[in-house]
Amino acid sequence: MRHRDDPALSPMRVAGRDASAGSLAEAHSRQVELVGRDLACHRGERPVFRGISFRLASGAALAVTGANGSGKSSLLRLLATLLRPQTGQLLWGSTPVWRDPASYRARLHYVGHLDAIKPALSAREMLRSWAVLRGVATPSRSRIDAALAAFALETAADWPCRWLSAGQRRRLALARLLVSPAPIWLLDEPSAGLDGDGQERLEQAIAAHLAAGGRIVVATHLPIAIAAATMLTLDAFRATADAMRADAF
Amino acid sequence: MTAFAGLFRRDLRLALRQGSETALVLGFFVLAVVLFPLGVGPEPELLRRIGPGVLWVAALLAALLSLDRLFQTDYEDGGLDLIALSPAPLEIAVLAKCAAHWITTGLPLTAASPFLALLVAVEPHGISVLALSLLLGTPSLSLIGAIAGALTLGARRAGVLSSLIALPLYVPPLVFGAGSVEASVAGTGGRAYLLILGALSLAALPLAPLAVAAALRQALE
Repeated sequence: MRHRDDPALSPMRVAGRDASAGSLAEAHSRQVELVGRDLACHRGERPVFRGISFRLASGAALAVTGANGSGKSSLLRLLATLLRPQTGQLLWGSTPVWRDPASYRARLHYVGHLDAIKPALSAREMLRSWAVLRGVATPSRSRIDAALAAFALETAADWPCRWLSAGQRRRLALARLLVSPAPIWLLDEPSAGLDGDGQERLEQAIAAHLAAGGRIVVATHLPIAIAAATMLTLDAFRATADAMRADAF
Repeated sequence: MTAFAGLFRRDLRLALRQGSETALVLGFFVLAVVLFPLGVGPEPELLRRIGPGVLWVAALLAALLSLDRLFQTDYEDGGLDLIALSPAPLEIAVLAKCAAHWITTGLPLTAASPFLALLVAVEPHGISVLALSLLLGTPSLSLIGAIAGALTLGARRAGVLSSLIALPLYVPPLVFGAGSVEASVAGTGGRAYLLILGALSLAALPLAPLAVAAALRQALE
């Protein structure tokens, strides 16, 4: 991981820049930490990892690395509540996430390694339908345009998505992050397939999100420049059947 | 409500743009019905007796064709993750997809049925009852079929498997649907059958999405 010392990327916020924190509820949510305690995961009958704990505060980033098959995608799906942990707890502040999964899900964006793009719709239509799925009744055209511009997709905006290259589809999937606000971003290999320009735009989006008080969990092989990210290497938490039995006693 | 309307509109737009699903379902329906007079002979008396049943069975089989693609594309391209993570309950999203599915399959089948009823010599006053029975029964076909489609996500031979799961569950609508036409043609009145058919669809409306959502959450794990 490269750590840039650029002060503009530091998670420290200058008082005047907190223009987005209007409501009291939002201000409160910035104090809340996302806490994982002793999480263990099974896929089918197979144990994947165990004993993972972390704390993620507002403005912080967690970078998850590990060998193929170590469970990076599983951890992200667990954090997105698409998977239930075998043991352990996931807490938003002091409330277990599974007690009220709907409000927790409203706070997160999940970008998996699949792009969720329909070939027959255009990029603009995809962004609009994703925003509507998140509960934004009438997505503003300017917001969609801004998201497309942030990832340089303006020329491709009205093409059917089957015309987009793999890298452009990745950019479109990432542009979804900017169309509706959510404090927690869960990104699974976001830079896979991106060229240098795409990578820079991704890093800018990440930096802006962290500076505005958001938090990010990224699973990645490739280096992504994120200021002061905590590293979590999953190889140390490999679960095998023997280890799980040993833990149970 | 927003997510329901948005998902419904999106699925309709996709079906309109891709266009082939409605055409396939209608084409199969027409071909299946045309085969029967060719197979059993053109004797009007025989056709009159089996006509309503033939039409209902053909509509069933045509509805089965489109089942496995109800959730399969979303599952394969990652869209199902996003639907599951939407703030709206998964059951509402399932209702939206079933509604869009019904409009692209059940409704065209109902619209084509009067013309095909002429092919199998259904009595004139039975044709309207037939169309009404399909109108009342095809929603339950979409809803029950969605259960089969969701249960077989990611399985090999998902198409055949979902048909095997759905067909036994389709027997009640089939019995009451075909029965309503026969009863009305025989003069005893198909009203009771139609009411039960409507009740089946109404019962499936809240119950099927619960089952489908549970199956989808299982598939996503």
